[in-house]
Amino acid sequence: MSKLGSAIFSRLVIIIPYAWLLFFFLVPFLIVFRISLSTTAIAQPPYEPVFALADGLSGLWAKIGQFSFDNFVWLTEDALYLNAYLSSVWIAGVSTLATLLIGYPIAYGMAQAPRSLRPTLLMLVILPFWTSFLIRVYAWIAILKPEGLLNQFLIGTGIIDSPLIILGTNWAIYIGIVYSYLPFMVLPLYSALEKMDNTLIEAAQDLGCPQITAFWKITFPLSLPGVVAGCMLVFIPAVGEFVIPDLLGGSQTLMIGKTLWNEFNANRDWPVSAAVATILLLILVVPIVFFQNAQAKAEEQGR
Amino acid sequence: MKSLGNIRRSFAPWTDPDAKPFITFRNVTKKFGDFTAVDNLTLDIYHREFFALLGASGCGKSTLLRMLAGFERPTSGEIILDGQDIASIPPYKRPVNMMFQSYALFPHMTVESNIGFGLRQDGMPKNEIAERVAQMLKLVKLEQFAKRKPHQLSGGQRQRVALARSLAKRPKVLLLDEPLGALDKKLREETQFELMDLQQDLGLTFVVVTHDQEEAMTMADRIAVMSHGKVIQVATPAEIYEAPNSRFVADFIGDVNILDGKVSASGNGKIELVTNDGFTVRTASAGAPASGSAAGFAIRPEKLKVSRNAPADATVNAAEGEVWDIGYLGDMTVFYVKLGSGKVVKASMLNAQREVENPIVYDEKVWVSFGETAGVVLKD
Repeated sequence: MSKLGSAIFSRLVIIIPYAWLLFFFLVPFLIVFRISLSTTAIAQPPYEPVFALADGLSGLWAKIGQFSFDNFVWLTEDALYLNAYLSSVWIAGVSTLATLLIGYPIAYGMAQAPRSLRPTLLMLVILPFWTSFLIRVYAWIAILKPEGLLNQFLIGTGIIDSPLIILGTNWAIYIGIVYSYLPFMVLPLYSALEKMDNTLIEAAQDLGCPQITAFWKITFPLSLPGVVAGCMLVFIPAVGEFVIPDLLGGSQTLMIGKTLWNEFNANRDWPVSAAVATILLLILVVPIVFFQNAQAKAEEQGR
Repeated sequence: MKSLGNIRRSFAPWTDPDAKPFITFRNVTKKFGDFTAVDNLTLDIYHREFFALLGASGCGKSTLLRMLAGFERPTSGEIILDGQDIASIPPYKRPVNMMFQSYALFPHMTVESNIGFGLRQDGMPKNEIAERVAQMLKLVKLEQFAKRKPHQLSGGQRQRVALARSLAKRPKVLLLDEPLGALDKKLREETQFELMDLQQDLGLTFVVVTHDQEEAMTMADRIAVMSHGKVIQVATPAEIYEAPNSRFVADFIGDVNILDGKVSASGNGKIELVTNDGFTVRTASAGAPASGSAAGFAIRPEKLKVSRNAPADATVNAAEGEVWDIGYLGDMTVFYVKLGSGKVVKASMLNAQREVENPIVYDEKVWVSFGETAGVVLKD
């Protein structure tokens, strides 16, 4: 009886994540994909064809016949979209690298800290989440604007004479992304570094490695799964980021999230924005698959 | 009493007053905060010796080893290796290598690159590294596993890789921290002898830390029994077993019956004492504690004879009791005999000698007896 019960329970446990993915990922994606195959219309909803129960089976078939890939073709014809994708990937890539360079020493320091101090440090990393993301990004406007805190400080201390123009440039976007996503980098790095066996470092030293060499030969390679996880957790959302470029970036900033928002809200072109979203997803699937592979490898190693 | 030498091989530089120790701990103390891990310890280890540090966990044996490796610095005192004070030399510059208890194999490297790791650090030419690695793989019989990663190996194979890696640089001293702790019993016994052969063939000095007395007894030339940061006795396995210098050592190594009593007569290399259980022990003893002083008499179970009939002279070295419990262990039988005073002594008998046709059974009245050289007097 209990054996049967546990078998049912373990089935149920597996079903939950799949059901979640089905209802909150696959179904919405299919809706978006279906809209991307439609054409705009001045109607409610603003695209056609629209399915209705009254159509019957033959009517449904006729409407499916109206689907076309014109929107995707359109995306390739206007350089705006390609540039927006490339620029997004570039900005996300640079930000991810910067986040890694800042996050790694933080995570390393945390993992080396006395055991009693670690929960506090972990808490401090998570602490910013207690304030709304939007408010934190707005706060950066107050810091970065020409008459903002940063410039006041730099001019006040005599380091510069005229205010730096940061707000409205890509620099502000980099700062915003690095700041907002740092915890997502630090946490997987910390968990990889924290479980590192210290005797491995001792063994390396025993075999003739000074401490710095031991770090590069042992610690860093073994923390790679954490590096990959952290980079994916930063890169993937950063590519599609909308709030940060919208609030901190300038009008010339080209990012796919902003382009999508414009198509959807300003142009009210649901099918094209749906096509943009579909392509964005495809761009992100590549690193996600890479990430999955790295994860599986790491699990194999840790066996 | 004749001194008990090394029964495994004729190697005993510690008995030679002119021999120079290879490693010397001189008044070494190591404190961690308030805790004293090693307490004013002085110890000599000789070239080519297989030396074991034996003790319960927390006795300071691992700290001693880690100080030799360079992972800990002594709070005070000096450690001399081959005539050089090594206290200030960092671990990566010391001519010693360590085999770690957890093996500490690098999980992201193959067996080959694990073994060659130390050689690469030294900047050895590639072809020489390949040669040395091949030699080491042959030594530990793992040639066909060169390209495997550590997680693809069994526990015994990992242990060999760790051994090969620590030997690859040809250290002056090999430190082994519980080298066989993670192996199962059968493999452990095999590996003990392999380690001993290896140590003799390579002519290296081995310092091994272990909590397993059987392991220490089998492998080591000399054993240092440690407790609370101090060395209690340093001697050959046979001396430690047959002539423990204290109650602690007698109790720690092997099984022992300790009978407390008072010295009634001494002299002529013999001591007589009356135990608290009321019988008289006469035994050979080098020391001569004063009559009337308290002493303990330690005797190993296999040296107690259990018989139905009273021995010829039942007034000394004999006591009557009844069989309280019997443990059958296959190769031997252990009798727990309750003496008149209520004290239970343990006596073991090899089953080769056991009378199977008429065995001694529970509750039977028996005599336990022993010879004059069977036990030792402990003066505490």
